[in-house]
Formats: sequence, C-alpha cells, structure tokens
Amino acid sequence: MWLVRINVELKKGVLDAQGKATHQALLSLGFCHVKEVRVGKMIELKIEGRSQEDIELQVKDMCKKLLANPVIEDFKYTIEAG
Amino acid sequence: MMKFGIVQFPGSNCDSDCYYAINKVLRYPADMIWHKEKNLDGYACVILPGGFTYGDYLRVGAIARYSPIMSAVVNFAKKGGLVLGICNGFQVLTEAQLLPGALIRNSCLHFICQNQTIRVENVDSPYTKLFQKNQILQIPIAHGEGCYYADKETIDLLETNQQILFRYCDSNGGITKEANPNGSIANIAGICNKERNVFGLMPHPERCMEDCLGSIDGRLLFESIIMYLKEVILK
Repeated sequence: MWLVRINVELKKGVLDAQGKATHQALLSLGFCHVKEVRVGKMIELKIEGRSQEDIELQVKDMCKKLLANPVIEDFKYTIEAG
Repeated sequence: MMKFGIVQFPGSNCDSDCYYAINKVLRYPADMIWHKEKNLDGYACVILPGGFTYGDYLRVGAIARYSPIMSAVVNFAKKGGLVLGICNGFQVLTEAQLLPGALIRNSCLHFICQNQTIRVENVDSPYTKLFQKNQILQIPIAHGEGCYYADKETIDLLETNQQILFRYCDSNGGITKEANPNGSIANIAGICNKERNVFGLMPHPERCMEDCLGSIDGRLLFESIIMYLKEVILK
C-alpha cells in the first residue's frame, strides 16, 4: 500500500479570493507580518501497486483528468510506502 | 421533430425551470435526460442546467463532467449539435473542455443572487440571432463561482473570433469594473465555442420568461434557438 499526498494550488496569476480573504482575517487578528496567503487543497490517497513508478504514472493521470484543472491549477505530490 | 433534452445530474436544480420555460411557456417538446443515459439520438438541442452537481465537490462541474451522458454530449457537440450550459452547466462545459477557460470563486467571495444587466456583444450565433447587438438585457444571476478566467492568449482568441456573446454591464450598457459582479475577465458573462454551437453563460435566461417574473429577456435566447433549428430543418 502506498500513501499519496497531492497538493493542488491555484496557478500564479489566478485570483485567489479565498487566500485574500484569509489574509485579511489574519491581519485583523494581529498577525501583521503575514505578507501573502494562498489557499489550496490537499488530497490523500491510499493506493495499491507494485512500484513507485507505476503509482506515479497513475497519480499524474488522475491529476490531469480529474483532481486538478490545468487551466487554473498546478499540482505536486509525494508518494511513500504506507 | 424539434426536441430539447435537459440533462439531470445529481444536484441539478434548474432542470424543472428549463423544462417549464421550453415546454410550458414556449410550448416546444422537451425531455428530462438522467445523467446515466448514454444516448442523445433525436434531440435538436441539449441543455445542461444550473445547480450544484455533486455538491460542487472537488471543483464546480468537475465530477459531473465524467457522468455517463457526457461522452454523448461531447460527441453531440462535435457533430454540430446545439449544447447550452446555464450557470453550473457552463461550469460543466468548461471542465469538459467543450468551452475554453474556467469559472472560479467570485472575486467578492459572496454567493451573488440578483438581477443583472448584461449586454449582447454578438448576434451571429444560434443563441443570440434574435437579439440586437448592444441590446441591454436584465437576466438574474445566482452563483458563487462565476468569475470567468482564461489566460491572455485564450481571451485574445475569444475576442478575435467574437466568441463573447454576453458581458456584464451597467444600466446604460457600460462595460465597467463596477458593473462586473464577480470579477470575470473582460466582464465575460457568456461565451460560445469557435464553431458557435456550444454556448455557456452564468445568467439564468430560464428564470425570466414571463412578465410576472419581472423580465422576459430570457425568451429571445430560447426563441433564437428555435428559429435557428427551424432554419436548419428547412434547409
């Protein structure tokens, strides 16, 4: 079993309205040194497979097809034996 | 036979409004099509209605885009069939890459539900042929993720090919930042594909079909489709 953690975040240049609002909230709480906030999402998978290479191929495919939208999002991932 | 097909996904909630608009107001035949169907034979126009398909999980429209019916919708569109996506339906069409770009969270972060003025930018399409260029319409919007985004090259192509059919405007038709409710690039409210048979828009024409609803500006959109289909059949 492998544990895959996928981070999906908005591409630079795409307006991150949630990040902006969260930034404002942090500032109003007194965290005045926060310069930027970006909100993304983390997707965790448990997946069976023979090799890390095989898992990596599948993860890339699922990110391109469903988990991320290449028009607005970038993704990165980590894979570890679980 | 000129029949409309309205796709029902889990979480669609404007499907009945579309049916009412077409069947009860305009008196044209329409069917509801459950998203697990795989066949669109016999339909002249397919509508992906508004709603919150699959609870908007992951991204708006992302999961509905892989519903069984969507392969048929893509084939139908590739063959030149008319596909209209309203609100969530627009989001599904971008996820399915039948339309370019994406719809992201409104820049103001709020869910917006209001009457909205939009301006007709182009009348050379099956969806806008009965409008007049620069005509100002009042059509309701109701969305949380209606901010149209695409990279600069895509926006340039949309402009060059005149694929932007509606833009948000003020009551005088001015395309201003203040009149833009959700932060959409270039005030974009609705775009068609290059072939002009697929159209997506965030405003809800099916919600303004009768005087008692405060506006009948949605009628011309559906009547344009009917006129176009009649012309195609007469050919």
